[in-house]
Amino acid sequence: MSRSRQSYQGVALVSPVSVPYQRYSIETAHWWIARALKASLDGAGLRPRDIDGFSVASFTLFPDTAVGLTQHLGLCPRWLDHIPMGGASGVISLRKAARAVQAGDADIVACVSGDTNHIDSFRRMLSSFSRFAMDASYPYGYGGPNANFALLTDRYMHEYGATREDFGRICVAQRENALKSPGAVMKKPLTLDQYIAARPIADPIALFDCVMPCAGSEAFLVMTIDEAEKRGLPYAVISGAIERHNAHPQDPIQLRGGWTIDIDELYEMAGCTPGDIDLLQTYDDYPVISMMQMEDLGFCAKGEGPEFVRKTDLTLTGDLPHNTSGGQLSGGQAGAAGGFIGLVEAIRQVTGTAGGTQVENAHSAMVSGFGMINYDRGVCSSAAIIQGGNP
Amino acid sequence: MTHPIAPPPKKNPQIRTASPTSPPGMRSRASLGLSAAAAEGRFMLQTCADCGTVQYPARDACCNCLSVELPWKDVSPRGELLAETTIRTSTNLYFRGRGPWRTGSVRLDAGPMIIAHVHGDVAPRSRVKLLNRLDRSGQGVILAIPEERTPNMEDDPQLRAMTSDPKHRRVLITDGRNPNAPTLVKALQDAGASMIFVGESECWRPNPNRAEITAAGASILPLDVTDTASVRELAGEIGGKTDILINNARFVRPGGVLARGDTGFAHDEMEVNYLGLMRLAQAFGPGMCGRTSDGVNSAVAWVNILSAYALVNSADYGCFSASNAAAFSLSQNLRAEFRPAGLRVMNVFVGPTEDDWHQELPPPKVLPPAIARSVVQGLKDGLEDVYCGDVAKDMIERFRAGPKILEREMTTGGEG
Repeated sequence: MSRSRQSYQGVALVSPVSVPYQRYSIETAHWWIARALKASLDGAGLRPRDIDGFSVASFTLFPDTAVGLTQHLGLCPRWLDHIPMGGASGVISLRKAARAVQAGDADIVACVSGDTNHIDSFRRMLSSFSRFAMDASYPYGYGGPNANFALLTDRYMHEYGATREDFGRICVAQRENALKSPGAVMKKPLTLDQYIAARPIADPIALFDCVMPCAGSEAFLVMTIDEAEKRGLPYAVISGAIERHNAHPQDPIQLRGGWTIDIDELYEMAGCTPGDIDLLQTYDDYPVISMMQMEDLGFCAKGEGPEFVRKTDLTLTGDLPHNTSGGQLSGGQAGAAGGFIGLVEAIRQVTGTAGGTQVENAHSAMVSGFGMINYDRGVCSSAAIIQGGNP
Repeated sequence: MTHPIAPPPKKNPQIRTASPTSPPGMRSRASLGLSAAAAEGRFMLQTCADCGTVQYPARDACCNCLSVELPWKDVSPRGELLAETTIRTSTNLYFRGRGPWRTGSVRLDAGPMIIAHVHGDVAPRSRVKLLNRLDRSGQGVILAIPEERTPNMEDDPQLRAMTSDPKHRRVLITDGRNPNAPTLVKALQDAGASMIFVGESECWRPNPNRAEITAAGASILPLDVTDTASVRELAGEIGGKTDILINNARFVRPGGVLARGDTGFAHDEMEVNYLGLMRLAQAFGPGMCGRTSDGVNSAVAWVNILSAYALVNSADYGCFSASNAAAFSLSQNLRAEFRPAGLRVMNVFVGPTEDDWHQELPPPKVLPPAIARSVVQGLKDGLEDVYCGDVAKDMIERFRAGPKILEREMTTGGEG
């Protein structure tokens, strides 16, 4: 593969929206997606008929897909996409939408994700998640993703000497960020002692290592820079973006993700190094995977994640602000919206619209996604570097 | 080290009996190969016919070369436990009621990674042996155990949940007149059964087995499987404490259709071998299904001792074969009806036995100790299908190679 990737020039990301999450909701995914879409369009001064591209990520739309949503929401797009990639869906939605806009297949694409959370809907979603999970993971204690990540965490701790305190540092810093984020579900401070003393869930994972399933939705718009400037909208640009699926299948336990294959190209596209990144939004359904992303995205070497989080301040005013809105660990996991939460917050950050969680001089943000524990590991990974577009 | 399970206390009738629950039993069609192998206690995985890749979970194409020729083959059950967890919360009611539950990631020497149940005696990150066992949903699951035996390892709660171990359980053997009854009683005693009941029809008639059975500590109770009232009466008496039912009742006479000339013996064969099973199931089945989550001495297994001729008719015993084929078919129906409760149906297919009615057949013939060994080992391994004796093993091998060819072999053999 000697062809080089083309840039995402000319593409703007605008009107990031997070609809405040709820622990349980009596509403449907359709309702949550409609709310995020409306808020994002309102923010850009657009009406539903103004968009001609629509990209959706959701687990709880069944039996509908993006197709059913067009009629349900009264949309008439000439470009339509459904991204069933969970935690990797935000960046992947962005990549596809950006190419559609560049190619002229669509002018304005709304990228939306959302899920509801009824009492018992998490259990039901688990039971139909994937064929391999049904055949070969759920019959073994039915621990869901907690059990899968417990296995990864156990092996990671053994291989690289990470301690629970190391993972706790990530969770505690994010909670501190969340306290400044009005939308975060977790409102109480968290100390390292509380983290360590928490109820065990699936050893070595305890309560504060796990995200809380929620209802919620996220959205942003992809359009040309010309369009964004014409409308006077603050916008972000894409310096580079990658995705990879089913990487390193020969690794017995997942201690690295697909990022490792493409990360050099990502920095090359963006013309920068990890040192140029002002803030990092990792996919954080469990802290071990955030630590792995810090390594695989080049912020430290493989196995040095524990040392890295010991010496790095990950809070809003720290050396490397990380998951600035509180991430999923403190903000909650609204299904596929968990694949958007970091990206939407990053767009706010680099456009200077993050409010209480705004990081000073946030020009360049790294966003990474990770998703779909199909059997024993997450299959999808994605990452993007975005920058503020307005001088 | 596993702590030996203590004998359960006497049941308090005021405490609610826990309702049966099942681990997740949904599987793709490809994955049912694992369950089929577990029914016989074999460790088999899909092995690509084109490139030899051993793969897991089961797929519809080879993950190395995309071949769709994926036969299940016996593979080495050895591997290494690389990671483990103890699951303390689950949204599944079966595991909620039994947790905490230990599982782990095992790298099989043959290649694939397997998420497995982990026996309590397995040391962290150690070499393990894998067993393929049926869980209470009736599906095959993989359990990692230590490479070497450990004391009381059968008493590990996760292993015991997958077996039908007779230890501390109460067993009913339906026919005390069958020559295999005394040997079965002794074998089950040795396996730790806490009580053994043995049925006896027409108690006024002498029973040459009686002294041996009572001497071994079993209780003889009246039971005639051809009499609905008798079966119901016994179920009323001991149905609530029957954890394992072994149906060894059998009526056998040589002869095919034309050799006999009337339906007299066929009637008796169906009454005992087929309708007897049905009567027992109707009387004992519901009670046993209600007690499958009842602790250490929960109801666990239903055993049918069938003739291997249930698989394919043997011309010399043509009518008897037909009654066993009917019983075999009925046992499959019982599996379907018992499955929601997790009550296992184990069929022991036995070749010609060493008795008066098989006198004209040449050896090899099956003696009672072989049947007893098959029954007890099958229960300990939680099997569904056991082939006892050389003739039965030979038959199932030929059956798998081609049932029609076996039919020709079995039905033309007599003509020389």
